[in-house]
Formats: sequence, structure tokens, C-alpha cells
Amino acid sequence: MSNSGEQQFRVVGRNLWRVDGRQLVTGAPAFSDDYPQRGMLIGKLLGSPHAHARIRAIDTSRAQDLPGVHAVLTYKDVPKARGPIGRRTDLFNRVPYTRAGQDYPEPSPWDYFLLDDKMRHIGDRVAAVAAESEEVADQALKLIQVDYEVLPAVFTPEEALKTGAPVIHNEPDVIYVKDPQRNVCSGVDVQVRDVQAGFAQAELVLEHSYYSQRVQHAQMELHTAISYFDEHERLVVICSTQVPFHLRRQLARALGLSIGRIRVIKPRIGGGFGGKQEMVIEDICAALTVATHRPVRLELSRFEDLTAARSRHPMRIRVKTGLKRDGTLIANEMIALVDAGAYGSHSPTVPTNTGNKNLPRYRCPNVHYQFEAVYTNLPVSGAMRGYGTPQGSFALECQMDEAAEAIGMDPVEFRLKTTVRSGDLDELSPRIYEVGSSDSAEIEGWPIASCGLQECLQRGAEASGWSEKRQAYAAYNADKPLIRKGIGMACLSQGSGVAGIDQANATIKLNEDGSVILFIGAADIGTGGDTVIAQIVAEVLGLDLEEVIVYAADTDLVPFDSGAYASSTTYVSGNAALNAANRVKADILKIAAELLEVAQAELRLADHQVIAAQADKRLSLQEVTMHATYVLKEQIEHTASFVSPVSPPPFAAQFADIEVDSETGQIRVVEFVTAVDAGTIVNPPLAIGQVEGGVAMGLGQALIEELVFDERGRPLNKGLIDYKIFKATQMPKFKTILVETYEPTGPFGVKAIAEIPIDGPAPAVANALKHAIGTRVFELPLTPERVLRALDKM
Amino acid sequence: MSLRTRETIKLKLKINGEDNCFAILPGDRLSTVLRREGYLSVKTGCYTGDCGTCTVLLDGQPIVSCLMLAAQAQGSSLTTVEALAQGSELHLLQKAFLDEGAVQCGFCTPGMLLSALALLRRVPHPSEEQVREAFSGNLCRCTGYERPVRAVLKAAAATEESSK
Repeated sequence: MSNSGEQQFRVVGRNLWRVDGRQLVTGAPAFSDDYPQRGMLIGKLLGSPHAHARIRAIDTSRAQDLPGVHAVLTYKDVPKARGPIGRRTDLFNRVPYTRAGQDYPEPSPWDYFLLDDKMRHIGDRVAAVAAESEEVADQALKLIQVDYEVLPAVFTPEEALKTGAPVIHNEPDVIYVKDPQRNVCSGVDVQVRDVQAGFAQAELVLEHSYYSQRVQHAQMELHTAISYFDEHERLVVICSTQVPFHLRRQLARALGLSIGRIRVIKPRIGGGFGGKQEMVIEDICAALTVATHRPVRLELSRFEDLTAARSRHPMRIRVKTGLKRDGTLIANEMIALVDAGAYGSHSPTVPTNTGNKNLPRYRCPNVHYQFEAVYTNLPVSGAMRGYGTPQGSFALECQMDEAAEAIGMDPVEFRLKTTVRSGDLDELSPRIYEVGSSDSAEIEGWPIASCGLQECLQRGAEASGWSEKRQAYAAYNADKPLIRKGIGMACLSQGSGVAGIDQANATIKLNEDGSVILFIGAADIGTGGDTVIAQIVAEVLGLDLEEVIVYAADTDLVPFDSGAYASSTTYVSGNAALNAANRVKADILKIAAELLEVAQAELRLADHQVIAAQADKRLSLQEVTMHATYVLKEQIEHTASFVSPVSPPPFAAQFADIEVDSETGQIRVVEFVTAVDAGTIVNPPLAIGQVEGGVAMGLGQALIEELVFDERGRPLNKGLIDYKIFKATQMPKFKTILVETYEPTGPFGVKAIAEIPIDGPAPAVANALKHAIGTRVFELPLTPERVLRALDKM
Repeated sequence: MSLRTRETIKLKLKINGEDNCFAILPGDRLSTVLRREGYLSVKTGCYTGDCGTCTVLLDGQPIVSCLMLAAQAQGSSLTTVEALAQGSELHLLQKAFLDEGAVQCGFCTPGMLLSALALLRRVPHPSEEQVREAFSGNLCRCTGYERPVRAVLKAAAATEESSK
């Protein structure tokens, strides 16, 4: 259903400058590190040199004696718990917590301590120092004497699951871990109907295993925090976070402070991509402030950021598909073995998405999804753009291409036939979210209200020249030329926020000139979230964008918001802002109705005026607001909330046109087409920017990015010199098509757009590679080495 | 330990057309000194010269200021993004970046603007390839570079218009 012509928008859908644009292009103070405090100390961390070790003895006296050193913290300084810990009432010693920024109670294991005497990956926190300069802090780190008992370590889930493998979380006081003695962090097993019965009915059954590697956010701004006590003895933390409210709550827990004593300020964020949906450094930075009573700045080095912050979960996914020769899918099964890394973090939820943001895209009666996330002595796997979906889309979209090929059907035609339409039900997600692992048949599916996937497939195929190139390249490759050509595709789905969990609030305060102040807890991490939410408010109130002044994400000023994750900002926080704006509008109309002596229902608010069209009467917005302020003596202000019972999926189809050098194995992506249905588009350049940026990051995962470790778990990528991300000279030609649908539950019909573009590049390129060389590569990244092996040249 | 208690060097240089004199330590990076003195448009994302967020123009040439000792900038002339806007009037490049949606998180933006400025001073009407080459020292994780490249081409076209 297209929205064009139904409603004429003034502000929504327009190309307008970001509300923080001027600040960012002039280099004005914007990011955490731009707000230094007087007397600020420099915080630094000592990272473990061993992948798995216990501290036998630690001597900090020489570091402490160094002039300019104000604090050296080790596990001996961890605050003691004041009350019962979770469900356990027997442990009152130290406080376990999770650093994963999620709603309370977090679905994540509480398996982390501010500082511990056990090290579980290289770079794990051994000690923290606060000193007067970087130089002194570095010297102090070198003076800390540690005697380690080095323990055997495991670096793959397969090793970690073996009987007799070292137990990574054998401490007695971790909670919410599925099976710590087996190193199993978390798992899910859900089924719609019966896949075994489905395979039995199928005419064809395919089974393959796909591997996605560990990649990293590599956002340009390093994890940075500045903490201090303000003049009222309240702890202030200015930091690079996607989740200010979750962070505040978790900080309170970690430090033994009350929530109300902490103020978290999220300024502009220099890229998050999920890496900052986590309390990576804020707890230890604030602990240094508590210890020294001085402002402390802590910034990770790029090496620490790459190797000891968060990264994407590596997954090996076995996909089994049963279908009929006419292309009808009968059964789809995905079983994922997931590398959680050293701590639980987002491991219960990320791999959940791997199944439920992918499998429901296909019309298939029998579906089974299972994962087990396993601890290893590698860096912590956490949230990263797509949140488990890209690993699943790589597996499933490659598998669907294999299925199409097996029955001799064109891959686009196969998707047109097998994917969901508006009105279909997602039967898998409610089984995961509402009832855990039950396979009860009575559960109602979640209806898919808006779905533009068919149009995405058609328009994307057309824009990429799919049909012609598919044939022409096959003919061209038949002679086995040096440069092979291929075109491949994938179709994708994601979500808009976390259904039933994500909560947003917005407060709107009306100024007497009719402009408004908008207070939102939504965390714009560079996506333009503040701008699109302000556009929604401006649209409702008939204002220009400049008349909506946004205050975002200072926990002292703004109402609660879950934060920026799960592509939630425009849909969830935008809906809260829409609700608040509608209440402000109702107040304005009520006052205007009295002034104009017409019924409220006859009034509309547009272009700075309240208009009674029939009575041919109008008032300027300013006349109404001045009257409210100075005659009625009222402050018009409203707070409204939003929680969604559903998470409407955006859909996309992506097409990669590639060239493969058959001698070097090098892949070059020539053109990349994305057709995306994200509902109504609020700000087209910002939306297209999300797509292009997501594709660039996804191509990195497809082709060149991987964190690699040696046999002792030591990271081999030391910085951006050897963790390469693509440069401007290496980009393909982009074509982006916005297929607008109207999502009835979204503000002005919107759905999410931030994550879906990263889901398709890896499978689309892998499918194009198969088209080009005739052999499939099942492991990412698609390096020249793997391509040459596939060509039997290595 | 700090500037107050250590032997310092006097660094004289021109920044954005103004004469400056700073007390620095011998080992201070240029990026560190610039940020300390309030030129906050100079970002730092790696301290190893890989990301380009600390790009400034040194005598008109883009350099990564994290890899230069501040003392080496003695007597030179620097340009940072603070110099681009005239009062509240943004530079053509800044406007084009906002028009085209070339700014996402904005952390790499100052470095990109300066690389683009240096390019347009050298080549007023660059090809797309030249713009991409000019950005080869500026990493951006948000945009995929497409919109920044378009913004520079647009600014170049606007310059042409206004000079007609």
C-alpha cells in the first residue's frame, strides 16, 4: 500500500538538515572527549596478557608510590554487595552484573565483576589506574607486579564443549548462566509444527553449514568516558553510550550507589553500531572517580577498542531445507553454534535474532530454530548492527540460492514465490518471545501488517539488470576468462524495536512563541534519530524543524527511554514523540476553540496557525500560546509513552554485481543495489545514508574484515592498519531504492531502516561468487585464498 | 607530570590566521596540543595515523596531526575546521555536506572537510575519482563515502556557479 497522495506532509519526508548538523560540521564541542573537567585525571586499564589465568598475587605498591598516581584498583577493591544478589540470597560478597545494555531484568548472564582475580581473555581487566597524565598512568601500569597462574584456554565453541574442557565461569557467584560447567552461556530451541515430518514429505532435502566470522564495529570514536562528582556530590558520567538509562541503572549496581545519585549524559556519539550498547568502560571510569574523588577521563586505545571491547558473534550455522520441485518450501531448520567469547553480554538475545529475523521471511509451515552460545577465551561477543541477523541471513540466503539452483529456478523468482506478503503471520517470534521454547500449536502468530518485499524484489531486479546480467554473465564465464563476472542477490527482513519490551517516552514543552522543547531519552548515535523525531513533532504541530529544540539523553532532564538498539529509534521513540505532540496539539486546539468560539473538531493546526476552515477563522499559534501563558497562566507540557506489542519488519532485496580475478582470487564489487521497504521515509538523505553505510559495513564483513587470533588467543589485528575497513576508493557504485509502504502502527507509517542494509551484502556477494565461479564458498570473509581454493588453484 | 611542573617548549605557530604561542612538552603530539588548546574539531580515533579524524592542513597540505610532534609545527601555519564558517555563515562545503546527508555521526566530518578543502584549492573541479582519492586518508564507518563524495562534487559545482 503506497502512502503517496493519501497525506500531504510538510516536514516528514523532506530533505532537511540534521538538527545537530551545524554543530558537527563546525567542529563545535559535541563528543564525550570535548567536555574535559578541571583537575581531570587520566584513567588507564591494565589488560591481561593471558587468555585464561588466575592472579596468584598482585603488588601495586610501586605503582601507587609513583608521584602523580591517585589510585590503583584491583579485584581487592571491588565494592561489596549490600543485599541479596538476584535470586541468590547466600552471596553477599561481591556484585555480579552484566554490562549488556538491555531492559531490566536483563536477559543476559550476570557473570561480570568490576574487577576479578580471574582473567578470561587477553585484554581482560586486571587493574585500573588514575594519574595526572597519560605518561604517568602508562608508567604506573608497568609498575604493577602480577603473578599469574596460567590456565588452559579454549578458542572455539567446539573445544569449549568437549568433556574436560577448562571451565571459563567456574566461580560460584555468577547467575543466569545456562550451564556454566559445560561453558554453555545460553540457548534456545523452538519449533513451529514439525520439521522432521516436513523433511519426510519433501521431494528434496538440502543441508549445508555456513560460517560467519568475528568482525568489529570499528566506529571512529573510541569508547570514551568522563566521570566526576558535581557540586551536589552526584556522580556525573559523560560517555559514548547508546543506552543512557540502562547504563545508569547498571552503574548504580556495579558501584553500590543509588540510581538517583547518578547522572548519565550522552552527548553526540561518534558511531555506535551496537558496540556502545554496553557498559564497556563507564563502570571502571566511575570507580576511579569514586576512589579519587576527582574527575577521570578514560578512553580506550584503538587496540583495546578492537580486541577487548565487543565484536560480532562468530557462528557456525547448519541449515537443512526440505522443498518440493515446484519451489514450495516444506521445512526449514537452522542450528547455530555461537561463540559468546569470555562473558555472556548479549549472547542470550543476539543469536535469537539469527533465527527469528530470518526464518519468518519465508512461507514455510515447519520451522525449527536452535542455538547454543558457548563461552570461549576470546573477546566478548556483543551487540552489533543487525544483532545476529547477518549471520543468519548469510546462511539462509545462501541456502535459498542453493535450493533454487537445485530445482532449476531463478533465485529472484524463487523468492517471489516463497517469501511472505502483507497479512501473513510470523509464527516463530511469538514462540521465542512469549513462551520460550514451547512448540505449542495454539500460539497465535504475529501478523505482518506491511510488506513491500515483492516490490523490493521486482524493482531491485530491474535496477540491477538482474535477468540480462544473469544470462549474459553465465555465457561470458563459459569460456573461463581471467575475470569472471557474477550477479547475486539476497532478501532480508529485520525488526522495528523489541516487541513488548522497548519503552520510549517524550516530553514536549511549549514556548510562548509556539516553538517547543522536545525532551527525549532516545540516543542518537549518529543515525539522525534526533532529527527524524523532531520532524515527526514538527509535522504534528505545524512547525518548522528549527522550532523543535531537542534535548536528548541526559538522564537528569529527559524521560526514560530504552536507548538506541534494535532499529528502534524512529519507530518506538518516534511513536512516543508523536503521542506527546498529539496531546500538546489537543491542548492548543482546546484553547483555540474557546478563543474562536468554534467546535474543537472543526479546527486544524497547520503552518503556525490554528484554522477553522468552515468559519473562515484563524489564529496564529503564537496568539494561542501567548494567551495560554499570560491569560490562562498555564504551561502546556505533556509526556507520553510508547511500547509496541509488535516489531514490524522492514524488508529489503539486495543485489551484488561482482568481478572475480580467477588468478588472484580477488573479488571486486562493481555495483550494489538495495531496494528497501522501511515504511514512510521521514528524511530521505538520512535514510539513504543508513543504507549506503550499512552496505559498506556489510561488504567489509563479506570480503575483508576479521579479527584473528594466534594459538594463544592473542589478537593479531593491532589497529586500523591491520583491521582494514573499506576506503572511499574501494566502494562500488550504489543504487538505493526506497520502496515506501505504510506501516499502520508506525508514526506516519514508518518502520526501521538502520540495521537491515547490513544483512544482505555477505549473502548477495557469496551468491554472486557462486554465479561467477560455479563453486560455493561457505565461510566468511570471501578472501582471495578461499576463492582460489574454491577454484582448485590452491 | 603536567605542564605546570615540567620543562616546556614554547611553540609559536599560526592557526586559522591567528598567531599563537603555547607551552608544550617535547613529546606532545600536535593533535594533543590542538585539542588541549580548544581546537576540538581535531578528533582522535587511533593515534596511529590510520583513521584521519585528526586531519589538519599544515601550510595548506592535509596531514594527520597525531603523527606529528607539536614541536615540529614550529613556525608553521595550520588550518582547522574552526576556520571554515564565517560567523554564522557556513562554508559551501559544510552546507553541501548537510544538504547531501554526508554527516552521520560527524566524527570523521572535520577531517573530510579539510581533505576536501585542500583538494578544491588544488583542483577546483575534481572528478569523482579525484574526490575519492582525496578521501583515501579519511576513514568513515557510517556513510559508505557516497554522500560525502557527492557533497564535494556539489560544492565544486556551486563554486563554479558563483564564480560565473
